[in-house]
Amino acid sequence: MPEPFLELVDISKSYPGVVALDHVGLQVSPGEVIALIGENGAGKSTLMRVLGGVVEPSGGVIRVDGAARSSLTVADAIKAGIAFVHQELNLFDNLDVAGNVFIGREPVHGGPLRLIDRKRMYADVAPLLERMGCDFAADAPLAELSLAQRQLVEIMKALSLDARLVIMDEPTSSLTLAETDRLMRTVAGLKAHGVSIIFITHRLNEVMQCADRAVVLRDGRVVGALTRAELSPAAMIRLMIGRDLKSLYVPPAAPPGDSVLEIVDAVTDTYPGRAVSLSVRRGEILGLAGLVGSGRTELARAVFGIDRLRGGAIRLDGEPIRIESPRAAIEQGIYLVPEDRKGAGLLLDVSITENISLPDLASYMRFWLVDTARENENAACQRERLKIRAPDVKTAVGSLSGGNQQKVVLAKWLSMQPKVLIVDEPTRGVDVGAKQEIYGMLRRLTDAGVAILMISSDMEEVIGVSDRLAVMHEGAISGFLDRSQFSEHNVLQLAVGHTIAAEAP
Amino acid sequence: MNKKDLSLLVLILVVGTVVALINPRFLYVGNLSNTANQIGLFGIFSIAQAFIIIIGGIELSVGSVIALLGVLFIDLIVNHDVNWVVALALIIAAGLAIGLVHGTLVTRMRIQAFVVTLCGLLIYRGAARYYTEDATAGFGFGASFPTLEWLAAGRTNVLGFPLPHSVVALAVVAVIAWVVLHRSVFGRYLFAVGKNEEAARYSGIRTNRVIVSAYVICGGLTAFSAILIAMYTRSISPAVHGSFYELYAIAAAVLGGCSLRGGEGSIIGVVLGTVLLQVLQNLVNLLGIPSSLNFAVMGTVILLGVLGDQYLVQRRQRVGVAKRGEQTSVAAAPLERVKAE
Repeated sequence: MPEPFLELVDISKSYPGVVALDHVGLQVSPGEVIALIGENGAGKSTLMRVLGGVVEPSGGVIRVDGAARSSLTVADAIKAGIAFVHQELNLFDNLDVAGNVFIGREPVHGGPLRLIDRKRMYADVAPLLERMGCDFAADAPLAELSLAQRQLVEIMKALSLDARLVIMDEPTSSLTLAETDRLMRTVAGLKAHGVSIIFITHRLNEVMQCADRAVVLRDGRVVGALTRAELSPAAMIRLMIGRDLKSLYVPPAAPPGDSVLEIVDAVTDTYPGRAVSLSVRRGEILGLAGLVGSGRTELARAVFGIDRLRGGAIRLDGEPIRIESPRAAIEQGIYLVPEDRKGAGLLLDVSITENISLPDLASYMRFWLVDTARENENAACQRERLKIRAPDVKTAVGSLSGGNQQKVVLAKWLSMQPKVLIVDEPTRGVDVGAKQEIYGMLRRLTDAGVAILMISSDMEEVIGVSDRLAVMHEGAISGFLDRSQFSEHNVLQLAVGHTIAAEAP
Repeated sequence: MNKKDLSLLVLILVVGTVVALINPRFLYVGNLSNTANQIGLFGIFSIAQAFIIIIGGIELSVGSVIALLGVLFIDLIVNHDVNWVVALALIIAAGLAIGLVHGTLVTRMRIQAFVVTLCGLLIYRGAARYYTEDATAGFGFGASFPTLEWLAAGRTNVLGFPLPHSVVALAVVAVIAWVVLHRSVFGRYLFAVGKNEEAARYSGIRTNRVIVSAYVICGGLTAFSAILIAMYTRSISPAVHGSFYELYAIAAAVLGGCSLRGGEGSIIGVVLGTVLLQVLQNLVNLLGIPSSLNFAVMGTVILLGVLGDQYLVQRRQRVGVAKRGEQTSVAAAPLERVKAE
């Protein structure tokens, strides 16, 4: 094995109240493919951001070609030959392939006019295209390329910068199987040229396929490293979990009642070939787990009437209903706390009061005018009930912390009569204290007879709060779990598309 | 009245005082009454524009609509002997229909408001010129509508001041618009859609319906002002009548605190913005500034006003951030963590 050119030693990073990285070490040798795995929030992205020079570590040493330093800048990282292929690609779809590869450092001619030397640009891209085995031309407009092809463009951009290390953050999450295969071949090709790769993924099959070794992170620490010989899905899952989840679970006051919301063979635009069926009962919290991109949010959007369902039916209390707009869903008592709090949940520069009353303004109406006194009264009451920490209800919600903003979104719906409440990542960006309060509120709602569907990628939350679990994988339900079957192992198995029975110990 | 409106009022008083000091004719009853009449006429379609700007759109066809509907109105009552009450109703209906078409194109066809209304600007102007064969439409010899003329373009003596009826019309429109925008449920929806259409939709607001309604209201009010303006000018040359009026309207709305990004604005501000624009117009005449500089003066004052406002906003933010510095760093921590994850 050749000498490592990049070494991370004892890298730590803490934010107030949170340790994101705890004495993490990592060595990268030329031509090595390292899989970096771990659950959401294990610290993978933070570690990569340290490598990219975006995050400054609180402690530790980074050694590039033997020279030690405490942190990198973005320029250092580029100079050291570290390149990123992000999950969300940073490309311009109004430019062609060559224009994207050379963005910001286009070859110029014409002296002071600084005209783009198109000939040279295309000539320089040609060998890269050949090396990657691309089936598109240097002057192909990016807008016409598929996602997988765009990824190749991003990789070429990295290579044209003489990258020695390419970091790929979940590169296959939106690729088809054939495209994934091709990416695997590209990875092998890069490796053959001596380029190292760090591959972040949730898909253990891919790790098996391409990695020389795997590094497993959990709660900001390296909890294990597996050599090629030791790699197996079971070993990886064992390392990724292996901790006692703090028990957050508060059992419901009464056993769940009849089904309130039934989703029958629902098909969304994202996964046209897959159908989802599930039902949520009165007084229970049904957790909906799965990897990011497994189709959970799309399902929620369709049930709430933001998108149309392609097929299938929705039943409320046994009666089939048609939901063609959010208005229709709200009139039926189906409410959604969206994933994108700032974009879809709130009007940021508007007061708490006006945010809370927005979906239900009609009930504050007197002769078509808004009864602001009653509106403020209700907001004050919700503020009390949900412990929204703000100077007063006239405060703009944009100035509140994430947890308090989320409570305002909840307060919108709690002021009305929820039958079914769908919460999508209810505690993302919410501090620990507010999390507990939100969980408490969800439980009080179910005890009052509400049915809750909770979409979450936070394992602790999924296991600690739900009464029952449905796990999605690529647009379909891969399994249901009762509380007695709850374990990180089972959830992960289902989320990556395995069945529990096949892998059960 | 919010801070922005207040500073605009102060600006109007300062400009007015300066003009009055240099040329006392500014305060002559005749001059004030004429300026007031202009404010009344321009204020109504500026309020119409404000409805569109608040939902995050723009309406560029105002001037052309005023020309086309003005021509049609005069043609109906003069050449076709239509009862003026019926004609008025027809013209307002036409204005509402134009708004409905614009709103539908913006929401259902997803065409940008700028493009839809730019096409409207060209189409209605062309239609007006074709309809009259580019001839001036006006009241023929002997044609007379005493009631209508008195109602639309007359003046009533109030404590010695000849108050133009256009000002009364503006006052009525402004009061209703104020209640609708700032007190009614529908007004809340307008602002919500302008601020964040996505969040409004997620709150169950029928956003498309709200947007179309705004265009319909704008069309109706513009039609109303078209009739008042036609009755005031009494003759309409379709090639120039009402040209640039959409820009007066946008300028008044922006001066009055509307953001072209949507979600912001006040009716009092729009009225004050109209007042300022007309006072400036008057200033050019009274101070002997060549009238060719008219637009340049207005443009400069608007630019300075917006710059000053921007400066104040930024200063307020800096002070605010410095004050909250401690708090914010703590509050931001959990968010950073999310990004890290």
